[in-house]
Amino acid sequence: MTISADHTATDTPSTAAPENALTEAVQKFGITVEDYMLPARHQIQMVDPDGSLKPKGEQGTQPGHEYPVPGDKELLEAYEQLVVGRRVNDQNSALVRQGRMAVYPSSHGQEACQVAAAMCLSDGDWMFPTYRDAVAVMTRGVDPVQVMTIFRGDWHGGYDPLKYKVGIQCTPLTTQLLHAVGVAHAAKLRGEDTVVLAMCGDGATSEGDFHEALNFAAVFHLPVIFFVQNNKYAISVPLAHQSVAPSLAHKAVGYGMAGERVDGNDVVALLAVLDRAVKLAREGSGPLLVEANTYRMQAHTNADDDTRYRESAEVAEWRAKDPVNRMRTYLTDRGLLDDDGEARIREHAEAVAAQLREGLGEDVPVDPQELFRHVFAVQTPQLKEQSALLADELARDAAANDSKEAGK
Amino acid sequence: MSPTITTSSEANGNVSAATARAAASAAASAEATGPQPVTMAKALNTALADAMHADSSVLVFGEDVGLLGGVFRITDGLTATFGEQRCFDTPLAESGIVGMAVGMAINGMRPVIEMQFDAFAYPAFEQIVSHVAKMHNRTKGTVKLPMVIRIPYGGGIGGVEHHCDSSESYYAHTAGLKVYTPATVADGYRMLREAIDSDDPVVFMEPKKMYWTKDSVDLGELRRLHTEGTTTGRTSEGRAAVARPGTDATLIAYGPSVPTALAAAEAAALEGRSLEVIDVRTIVPFDDETVCESVRKTGRAVVIAEAHGFASVSSEIVARVQERCFHYLAAPIRRVTGFDVPYPAPKLEKYYLPGVDRILDAVDDLQWEN
Repeated sequence: MTISADHTATDTPSTAAPENALTEAVQKFGITVEDYMLPARHQIQMVDPDGSLKPKGEQGTQPGHEYPVPGDKELLEAYEQLVVGRRVNDQNSALVRQGRMAVYPSSHGQEACQVAAAMCLSDGDWMFPTYRDAVAVMTRGVDPVQVMTIFRGDWHGGYDPLKYKVGIQCTPLTTQLLHAVGVAHAAKLRGEDTVVLAMCGDGATSEGDFHEALNFAAVFHLPVIFFVQNNKYAISVPLAHQSVAPSLAHKAVGYGMAGERVDGNDVVALLAVLDRAVKLAREGSGPLLVEANTYRMQAHTNADDDTRYRESAEVAEWRAKDPVNRMRTYLTDRGLLDDDGEARIREHAEAVAAQLREGLGEDVPVDPQELFRHVFAVQTPQLKEQSALLADELARDAAANDSKEAGK
Repeated sequence: MSPTITTSSEANGNVSAATARAAASAAASAEATGPQPVTMAKALNTALADAMHADSSVLVFGEDVGLLGGVFRITDGLTATFGEQRCFDTPLAESGIVGMAVGMAINGMRPVIEMQFDAFAYPAFEQIVSHVAKMHNRTKGTVKLPMVIRIPYGGGIGGVEHHCDSSESYYAHTAGLKVYTPATVADGYRMLREAIDSDDPVVFMEPKKMYWTKDSVDLGELRRLHTEGTTTGRTSEGRAAVARPGTDATLIAYGPSVPTALAAAEAAALEGRSLEVIDVRTIVPFDDETVCESVRKTGRAVVIAEAHGFASVSSEIVARVQERCFHYLAAPIRRVTGFDVPYPAPKLEKYYLPGVDRILDAVDDLQWEN
């Protein structure tokens, strides 16, 4: 039943709203509350791995709840971002191998999730990404070099979260989901129609903050979409060791929210589901959980060796479901993409890759005094003292070097 | 939906609330009534109400803080006065409370959240250490977190297990947090208002045994002074107080240990020994100047704290004073702290907590010439 097309609930005070919304849904469809919130029996898939649009009745939805195919312009934009995202993932992995970046957790294979997560939001909305969501942050409009600063090693962050309405890329799992809840709550109190998309992975659903965030969002009836990219592995540990729930989307029902499962390598289905989820959340339906069924094609990071815990046959199976190829075939078959279009998109992707090579190739000088400058809004006397200590140490080092030079 | 709630003026927002704040404080001060016996609980409650009046981005939430008014009644009446959108109960989940407050602060609010007891705050530790303390630094000051985490702490109330921890060292040890702890009723009001105004996150440690302590205090006057202070920028942060002047030795204490130190100084005076008592007030930032000035004058010092002594705020104070006052010291600095044992059951509490006798014994050990 899940995230139905025609269900809307008005935004009423938080204590009464969940019951009202449910009562309305239950009356409308003549179903139980649990049925309303449970995900569809199958994942939503609109374009199959071969790139063909599936017949309406086979897309995984219940009759009457079908998702419309997103518009051509949105699909072409998504494809362009997919190509750019893939190029960025592979460029960054290369930069790590060259020692230009300290680490890069690649979302190779998950680009459809990355692109859809950013594209479903409006400018006034917020996104709370994890460390693996750099492509989503870029797609949201943040400068690629600023996004990658966190992995370059000169500061723990490179972009202004307030300017882009994108939280810092978060490493402690699911802690950012609560920040998403708080941002949504503040917006709701001011009467703004902000929607917040909060991202995490399958392993992260085991964390306590996952539970607290979903529960808070549901109790306060907040417009938060919890977007779980189920890429099957938490470093080396497979999903079966994290959860034995029928699906991760099923977790939603326990919190009184609806969940949906979607093919995470089908950007058409992702956009359709997330667009509707955003619309519903903005209209006051409360939080929703969307689980994207995808696969982490590469190791956790360059420091990981995935041959120790999974078979190459499994990886090959998922390679056949690649989100970029699938979308290219679909758009080409529909006549929306030709060789010129493809060439232009490739050119764009190469330009972004060149920007990254240039931006991350530069040896950015670090200022040791930055250590002290940003700890507090109002600095403490102790930090002033320590800052002076370091300045003195560096001055003496510099003087010693100078005299050494002079003595040569 | 709620036109009365706006964005905080000082941090992450763009709507000026400063004028409204000053006006509201000025209006409230018109009903000043002169000095009256006031409890610490009342002073904190008044500070919260005044801050909420002054700035609509100030929100109060936590467990049982709504209708009940908090288990210690510090939030009493706030929901009735300001409505359920501004003072409300959350699901019972401390990490959720702190994490949601982080998001609210990112999005223009000034949340003031209550952890019900010291030892119940630990589920929120990851949010506090990994995000509250680091956000400003990570974003090079772009994202400020003007939030206050109120924590009732310390012993002296005969509390059952998990209700009496002295957890201040965990927060003081974490770079990026400010840690305030008032020891007088007037400071309860003053320092909580300042903590709420601060653009830095403040862990506000409330000595729970002092909630019912009464001092003669003029809340109207404090309110007026606070408004003046917000214009002059002069605050309590990093400013210790000489709680009792003396000449022979310095007792350095904070929070719940200040009244104990004052009682010890009173007893010592009867024996002809003049002890100066320093109330640290803000553990972070620490006021080296006031503390060291006193120790250089007296040449002797005892640090008093309820928390375990090992790797604690008290050990930090000893180290700092020793580094700065070595040549002025007539004796090694002594400490009177809780023993390094888990907080004891109510009937054993009196053996654990620093008391007047143990403090006087330590003072006696300061290598007096005669």
